[in-house]
Amino acid sequence: MNPLRRNMLKGTAGVGALSVAVAAGLLKPGQVLADWNQAGFDAKKVPDSLAAIGASSAANSSNIDLKAPDIAENGASVPLEITVSMPDVDSIAILAEKNVYPLISDYRLTNFGGFLSTRIKMAQTADVRVIVKAGGKVWTTAKEVKVTIGGCGG
Amino acid sequence: MAIPMKMRASTDAIKVLITHPSENGLRKVNGQLVPALFIKNIKLAVNGKVVADGQWGGGMAKDPYLNIKVQGMKAGDKVTVNVVDSNGDTGNSEATVG
Repeated sequence: MNPLRRNMLKGTAGVGALSVAVAAGLLKPGQVLADWNQAGFDAKKVPDSLAAIGASSAANSSNIDLKAPDIAENGASVPLEITVSMPDVDSIAILAEKNVYPLISDYRLTNFGGFLSTRIKMAQTADVRVIVKAGGKVWTTAKEVKVTIGGCGG
Repeated sequence: MAIPMKMRASTDAIKVLITHPSENGLRKVNGQLVPALFIKNIKLAVNGKVVADGQWGGGMAKDPYLNIKVQGMKAGDKVTVNVVDSNGDTGNSEATVG
């Protein structure tokens, strides 16, 4: 018996079944093709979130500027502005360290122009952490945001 | 139902505002948990080339907003945004850099 051939046949059958599922409307193409870091977004402890995005060994960088309010009246919508002064940025991730699920977003970037702003939820007073991967290295910075009223259970 | 959104593109930045509940599954209304429903993927492309491939969790604020500066855009470039949420619903929008 030829194991390679068996694998090839199995592989073909798998692709066939997937195509059928898509054609039948059981799966939407976006769901099949989209990439989503289940382990990272389901993690409840910051070290696990960081491990899942390959950022366990991030070093502090003064080339990442994180602007966020010192005090957020409403944790349901906390504005962040991230300015990155380094070349070859490959990705940026954002975490709120005391949220039930700390990882909020992770972007792979091409031709990044050095600035990203968004709005996140925060359950309680915590550090907001930004992870930047650039030139094969992993950098980070964090800023504490005091939250008066937590947003949506975090 | 298509996820509604607005996008603006200039020569240096793409701004997207999406109308979406962004529920993380932890919020309670009258003692009942509201089921999770949030956007999982957002893709921004300029002339078909992906410039930002984002993964989101339920920690994005309601009606998610994203503003990203992108290098090398010029007037006439076609910018597209595509999103998929945790229910598999999708939305998209396109704009021309003015």
